[in-house]
Amino acid sequence: MALETLTSEPRESRVAALLRRSERFRLGLLLFPGLFWLLLFFALPLVVVVLYSFATPGPTGRVEWHFTLANYGTLFTESLYVNAYLRSIWAGVLTTLICLLAGYPLALYIVRRPPRWRTVLLFLILIPFWTNFLVRTYAWMIILSNNGIINSIIQALGLPRVALYPSEGAVLIGLIYGNLPFMVLPIFASLDRFDFTLLEAAADLGADQTRAFLRVMLPLTMPGIAAGSVLVFIPTVGQFVVSDLLGGAKVDYLGNLLQRLFTRSNPPNWPLGSAMAIVFMAVLTVAILLYFRITTEQDR
Amino acid sequence: MLDTPTTRKPYVTGMDSRRSAGMLALGAHTILTMVFLYAPIVVLVAFSFTRDSFGVRWTGFTLDWYRRLLADQRLLGAALNTLYVALTSTIVSTIIGTMTALAMERYRFRGRTGFDALLYLPIVIPEIVMALALLAFFAFSFGILELLSGLRLQMGLGTVTIAHIAFTISFVVVVVRASLKGFDMRLEEAAQDLGANEWQTFRHITLPLILPGIIGGALLAFTLSLDDFIITFFTTGPGTSLLPVEVYGQVKRAITPKINAISTLMLLVSITLVFLSQFIQRRR
Repeated sequence: MALETLTSEPRESRVAALLRRSERFRLGLLLFPGLFWLLLFFALPLVVVVLYSFATPGPTGRVEWHFTLANYGTLFTESLYVNAYLRSIWAGVLTTLICLLAGYPLALYIVRRPPRWRTVLLFLILIPFWTNFLVRTYAWMIILSNNGIINSIIQALGLPRVALYPSEGAVLIGLIYGNLPFMVLPIFASLDRFDFTLLEAAADLGADQTRAFLRVMLPLTMPGIAAGSVLVFIPTVGQFVVSDLLGGAKVDYLGNLLQRLFTRSNPPNWPLGSAMAIVFMAVLTVAILLYFRITTEQDR
Repeated sequence: MLDTPTTRKPYVTGMDSRRSAGMLALGAHTILTMVFLYAPIVVLVAFSFTRDSFGVRWTGFTLDWYRRLLADQRLLGAALNTLYVALTSTIVSTIIGTMTALAMERYRFRGRTGFDALLYLPIVIPEIVMALALLAFFAFSFGILELLSGLRLQMGLGTVTIAHIAFTISFVVVVVRASLKGFDMRLEEAAQDLGANEWQTFRHITLPLILPGIIGGALLAFTLSLDDFIITFFTTGPGTSLLPVEVYGQVKRAITPKINAISTLMLLVSITLVFLSQFIQRRR
């Protein structure tokens, strides 16, 4: 035993150490650029936002480095900010819900088509996903404008013109339009894994269609619903382009206030904007965790 | 992005009448939703050819708006900037993203789970938060730099490019990792048994096999960078202009057929890129 260790181990371990070192070196080389970039230009900026949120806004928009909690206080006491949070969250919930109601049947239909049709339909959902969000929102301005298509149809029917935009209804349409593909794709993925013979089994066991859907299909496709909802909810709550263009910037959503505090208002107020962003992230995290807990509990 | 699955369930044919009535309703719903998704795009494209100077009604065909587009130096400059940023950031983020994907798929190491989370975060975080964080970071670090060395840096194409790389790396990593998942490691072992060194193995075996994934990732990064508005809006300095920001500024003032025309061209580029990426992924 002792002899063996003496003769063979030193050489082996040297080779192993060399190999291990070169392996580790290679891993380091592969890992370094990505880690460096994301830490410096993603993680660190978030830390800077936290720092700013405790700083004092100066009179000309310059930030003064005196620690304060006043920014957070403002968010929870001034109705402008409280209302913006509530309005954005409400818009997010409503958009998610409507996208779910419209997206689930759409995904279901696509899954049940023969392969060739599936590819085509899926591709049609994918195209808006790849095209410019700004341009697609702008397209609705054309349709809803005072002399636009919808008003032309209304007038042709002998009815008076309607001011369709800017309005909160137009914002909702824009939000649904922009986010629907994000709901359809994950639901499609989970329906694709769903075994449809289970529905027949449920029917054989005496369940009617509604019951089979609620007790079998819905729980089994819950991961897709959850993923789709999160993918729709997050960008909807934080958006400012849709409410700016289709809402005419009349009503303040969270994103509009953030944009103004950082880039436009005179003077800008970065500390307050930073605090607003931090609270926004906290609210989102709590909402998403809650949502996942509810949806997985239904699963059981 | 999305592959049609390789395993398909047998398509159920013998449906009873009630279920096919259900399918009919689903079909009608699908048609209506597709109309909802595509009507605005069709209208936008059509109204880039209208004579109507408000660009919201059809009053006859003209190519005039496209002609005026070509004469607009400001828009052309913005388009060139956008192309420059998209190309530069795509090259860098594709290289970094591919290296990261190789590290994540091939190695087990301490902190791997944490890094995995860091990689997904830029995809799920609200874009506006990442955008304002980058703005705050650039201002903050440029301030410190000036204090320390007197060097005065300004936001511009450089900061936009850095920001675009930061948000596209994660998307490249996801796509390349997916292509590494089905990779047969025995091919690499065979190459090394036959005397190829590490680099030769990578160059002649690994790279060609994961190339569709890398190109797919690069195309996604390119499209995301080209179309990005929010991060671009926050990270370009006052002097430089990129296409989406320029379009946004003009749209806020009024609808014009000229914007319809530039929007149509932007849609055309995006749609070409989707077709390209689907084509490459199908060939796999």
